Amino acid sequence: MPEGPAPAPVTQRLRVRYAKRGRLRFTSHRDISRAVERAIRRAGIPVAFSAGFTPHPKISYAGAAATGVASEAEYLEIGLITPCDPDHVRTGLDDALPEGLDILDAVEACTGALADRLEASRWLVRLDGVVPDVAEAAALAFMAAGEIEVERLTKKGRRRFDARAAVIACELDRRATKEAGASCAILRMVVRHMTPAVRPDDVLAGLRQVADLAPPSPPLVTRLAQGPLGESAGELTDPLTPDRQTAPAGDGVAATASAIGTADPGAVSAQP
Amino acid sequence: MPVESLFARLEPLLPQVQKPIQYVGGELNSSVKEWDEAEVRWALMYPDAYEVGLPNQGVQILYELLNERDGVLAERTYSVWSDLEALMREHGIPQFTVDGHRPVGAFDVLGVSFSTELGYTNLLTALDLAGIPLRAEDRSDEHPIVMAGGHAAFNPEPIADFLDAAVLGDGEEIVLAITEVIREWKAEGGPGGRDELLMRLARSGGVYVPRFYDVSYLPDGRIQRVAPNRQGVPWRVAKHTVMDLDQWPYPKKPLVPLAETVHERFSVEIFRGCTRGCRFCQAGMITRPVRERSITTIGDMVETGLKESGFQEVGLLSLSSADHSEIGDMAKGLADRYQGTNTSLSLPSTRVDAFNITLANEFSRGGRRSGLTFAPEGGSERMRKVINKMVTEEDLIRTVTTAYENGWRQVKLYFMCGLPTEEDEDVLAIADMAKRVIKAGREATGRRDIRCTVSIGGFVPKPHTPFQWAAQCDHETVDRRLRALKASLRRDKEYGRAIGLRYHDGEPSIIEGLLSRGDRRVGKVIQAVWEDGGRFDGWSEHFSYARWRACADEALAGEPVDLDWYTVREREEVEVLPWDHLDAGLDREWLWQDWQDAVDETEVDDCRWTPCYDCGVCPTMDTGIQIGPTGKKLLPLSVV
Repeated sequence: MPEGPAPAPVTQRLRVRYAKRGRLRFTSHRDISRAVERAIRRAGIPVAFSAGFTPHPKISYAGAAATGVASEAEYLEIGLITPCDPDHVRTGLDDALPEGLDILDAVEACTGALADRLEASRWLVRLDGVVPDVAEAAALAFMAAGEIEVERLTKKGRRRFDARAAVIACELDRRATKEAGASCAILRMVVRHMTPAVRPDDVLAGLRQVADLAPPSPPLVTRLAQGPLGESAGELTDPLTPDRQTAPAGDGVAATASAIGTADPGAVSAQP
Repeated sequence: MPVESLFARLEPLLPQVQKPIQYVGGELNSSVKEWDEAEVRWALMYPDAYEVGLPNQGVQILYELLNERDGVLAERTYSVWSDLEALMREHGIPQFTVDGHRPVGAFDVLGVSFSTELGYTNLLTALDLAGIPLRAEDRSDEHPIVMAGGHAAFNPEPIADFLDAAVLGDGEEIVLAITEVIREWKAEGGPGGRDELLMRLARSGGVYVPRFYDVSYLPDGRIQRVAPNRQGVPWRVAKHTVMDLDQWPYPKKPLVPLAETVHERFSVEIFRGCTRGCRFCQAGMITRPVRERSITTIGDMVETGLKESGFQEVGLLSLSSADHSEIGDMAKGLADRYQGTNTSLSLPSTRVDAFNITLANEFSRGGRRSGLTFAPEGGSERMRKVINKMVTEEDLIRTVTTAYENGWRQVKLYFMCGLPTEEDEDVLAIADMAKRVIKAGREATGRRDIRCTVSIGGFVPKPHTPFQWAAQCDHETVDRRLRALKASLRRDKEYGRAIGLRYHDGEPSIIEGLLSRGDRRVGKVIQAVWEDGGRFDGWSEHFSYARWRACADEALAGEPVDLDWYTVREREEVEVLPWDHLDAGLDREWLWQDWQDAVDETEVDDCRWTPCYDCGVCPTMDTGIQIGPTGKKLLPLSVV
């Protein structure tokens, strides 16, 4: 181990929602993590580092969207050595990131593990050159089927699995399709996070299988939301709400304000 | 005329290719200027994949420098991988810049930086995709001026047919001068077309225009003469040397890519040039004299660069970084400044010198501890005298012992194989040296987990060096010697397992040799290889020796020369070399004498601390050594 004092401990964790948009949807998960590390340094955010010969900043990511997929709802968690106002971190980090990687929300982590709350995702899938009625019929056929086995090439080779069970909803978004104007069909899907993961690509493979839906160009996929499943079918709630509600001050409104001062290290260290 | 972005057409193809992020641009500190407001537009290319090309200092410096000027626009373009190349051909999308995604063919100049000759086939791909005729003679006024720079441009003859122009040496001042010539010519309405513009550039004396020179050959294949074929063109074209690096503190705002690249750090060139006099080293010969950047400018550049980039590592670049006259103060000053910020400092090129361990200790104070690499280059004392690498075995043992004592468990040693006058025993001596290194490390620390990695490169004789006359070692001999070395290490029960060995086959070095010392006739070989599908020759998985050999045999069939003639043949003093009309400032007689001294195992000391030995550069180029110490110190940064 290197000589010198141990690295400063984490005194506050922030949970951050960010988007990857436009041409920056082609960033991979690793590209994003490098960009975030650099932005944190440029913004002067007091991130904590791990010990060892190669100290790493304490940033963890939950369920990152694949390369080429846009997202309005990606999440990461940062460990800080000095407590900060989440709003300042949000704006500072957003300014330091390239346009297209945008910070949307930041709250102090107050309860539970964020990853556990990311139960499902809502996706928007734009299929250029596909007739809306054809897409709708395919979606209905998909939802009516019991099991749809698809194949995907993974790092471990070809793998077959059911793409149907994870899908809570899959339907044509009539309004979005109409607004898009161009000859395209826009599908909305709500897909439960499972192992193996079922991605929009797998659902599209399923649509092809049950209804011969074959888009002429690559689909444009956007993750709109991810979080806990709500009361009504297909509803997703904000995964950061529990943190807002259990902030040290007690209610959601004061939660952000409380983080401006010194956070209670005892409360933070109780987090998993 | 406005030039449209190609991005809308490119975008649907990106999900189908590997690492699409490399084609989208948008790097931090990149810029897209208004097309119509620019009078002169440069497309700057590094002819390799984005991940290799983006960190290139030369391109970044010129990009920033040109874009700072009003009325000048510069964008970057890199080689596209074959998956995208195929799609671009299918969909009719031309070679594009990553900044504005503008077609390369619409620019005034396509400036290509060649660090290595193995990028030549990639030049042809880019020209072809851009819709620019491969051969310069087939281009018309609508096409960009295709211009080469970088170290390989000191012998651009193998690609002379594909180039309109080449520039030798430091680019900072000459790109601005060229920009002025183009601006004036365009403002006048482009009189005389392309030919007149090239003539104006050639007449300035700082730009080599191959078409204005004729090469004639002797019946045996040697060059008879290279001479200008029109009035007003200089007989020899000289390199450019920037004096006072403090006046050119670039890059100020380094490009920060989203994609992963080969060097993820902010690099500052702490000095340019090297006079250690290693005889194999083209860089050391063609970048003389030594010009230091001052410790205070370096401190300022590091500060701004880190602030603008967010990089976690700073590289202090040069050909031999520990030789900076104030490196000790610099190391301590920077380490003090960045203590506790997890910023690491690295010194990429260091000599075998125990002092470097002190530096390395300073440098690892602030963060990650990078590896230690030393380059004895030659395994035997005799070999090191031939190449003028003035390092003794005692130096090396002392250095690595200090490293192991200071907590490093592994060092990397770099050597070359196939050097002039080399015998089998010179290569086998590498094994003895590595064993002694491990032995010394174990004794110094009392530990068994001491390791060293021996990394071996094949030697390629380069133009403008004393070895420009030497016969390149054939690849069979290189391979045989490396196999013997490997066997010797493997046999050793006591030390063998502590020593790692890395090397490549000898074949690619032969092709690098062909391209390094080739003349204009080699252009046919390059084009044949490219037409046969040759791409990315610097990548072992794409390089095909068989293809190069076959294409060389075919393309040179009607000539009195062949692959061997260009590579494994020793040249005589009187032979006209393909680059003799290109002036690096080195006195040809001195180079020849240094070649003779090499064979005689006579060493030459560094002119920074011993008297001038008349290599010729300073008087020819009207330059001089610029070194410190300045006596200044790096003050702590004020607290933000």
